[in-house]
Amino acid sequence: MTPAEFTLVIAAISFLAGLLGSLVGVGGGIIVVPALTLLFGVRIQTAVAASIISVIATSSGAAAVYVRDRITNLRLAMVLEVATAAGALSGAVVAAYVSGRFLFLLFGVLLSYTAWSMSRRAGTRTAALPPDPWADRLKLHGSFYDRAVGETVSYRVSRTPLGLAVSYVAGLVSGLLGIGGGVLKVPVMNLAMGLPIKVCTATSNFMIGVTAAASAAVYFMRGDVQPFIAAPVAVGVLLGAKSGSRLLGRLKNHVIKVAFVIVLAISALQMLWKGVR
Amino acid sequence: MSAPDPEDKALRVEEVISGLLHWGVLGSLTLITAGTVLCFLEPGTYGVRGGSPADLHRFLTAGAAFPRQLAWFLGGLSRLDGTAVIVAGLLLLIATPVIRVAVSIIAFASVRDRMYAAITSVVLALLLFSFYLGKAG
Repeated sequence: MTPAEFTLVIAAISFLAGLLGSLVGVGGGIIVVPALTLLFGVRIQTAVAASIISVIATSSGAAAVYVRDRITNLRLAMVLEVATAAGALSGAVVAAYVSGRFLFLLFGVLLSYTAWSMSRRAGTRTAALPPDPWADRLKLHGSFYDRAVGETVSYRVSRTPLGLAVSYVAGLVSGLLGIGGGVLKVPVMNLAMGLPIKVCTATSNFMIGVTAAASAAVYFMRGDVQPFIAAPVAVGVLLGAKSGSRLLGRLKNHVIKVAFVIVLAISALQMLWKGVR
Repeated sequence: MSAPDPEDKALRVEEVISGLLHWGVLGSLTLITAGTVLCFLEPGTYGVRGGSPADLHRFLTAGAAFPRQLAWFLGGLSRLDGTAVIVAGLLLLIATPVIRVAVSIIAFASVRDRMYAAITSVVLALLLFSFYLGKAG
């Protein structure tokens, strides 16, 4: 294989990662890292750095459309970002004192359970949500036009403190384990806070770029961002995320949910594997 | 003059953020693509006409940290060095979410949404602090 062929193959794989990531609200790391390390023998630090670039690209590439079409709940994103950024900071501080293996196992089990509970509730309406004075004060309730059903869907937000707590943990583990926080934030927004799945993935997609930008700066200063590898990843993911963002509005809710559960299950297996290996 | 409708104000914030992300993405895409094309045209980089398997092997096994001195970067840009142009695109990509947070503060402040201007300022402060920690660590 020549550098030109490598560039095209990586761009194509990254396009798929961006497409999927923009639909389910997580970075494309679960595709980009194995593709680079297993297929091409790229060093893990270089692959992880490229994957963080892919998270930013997934976020920015799709968010322009999601924000314009009001699918993203901008206010909720801003509120949860506070907790995520604080979590990421704590993660950087405590990283030296925790066992990676134990955390991988813990989160592998947690993600497996989340995947199971999301698949069980697929399609069913959530039960009545308790009133939430936080959501009222912060004006978090919203509505968006769902193109798949051709009507405006209004929703109320509930359990904001729980959402903040989970977002803090998401920030913490994204620093410690190098996983995007999307796999934790989408389920809590959907199952506990009562947001429609499309709003969850679009809002998560909006947030992951900020958390990843902080890590990306660190990897860049360390010299792990290799232009030869990061360039095709960035271009492929940006184009894939742009295509995905035009698709989300038209897809049915249960399609998004099934895609998310699959991504969640794969992430869970990758975590467990790293924990037992 | 009538008082602005609160709904309109929210729409303005969303338009500003959406527009910023759109241009940030377009700029990075253009720079990274142009830089990659330049790398394939300049002799001694990726290899003219697609390069050889030996070139690829050399790139994938490069253990050395990537050069990231400011002097190299600025010099490379002035010579239209492909790698420097790619790095400019990657830096713009990394900077876009940070600029997005900063611009959100201004957008919320301009529609007099003090609560959200404050919330977004806290995000920016935490972000800048983690950049500082990352540089020190």
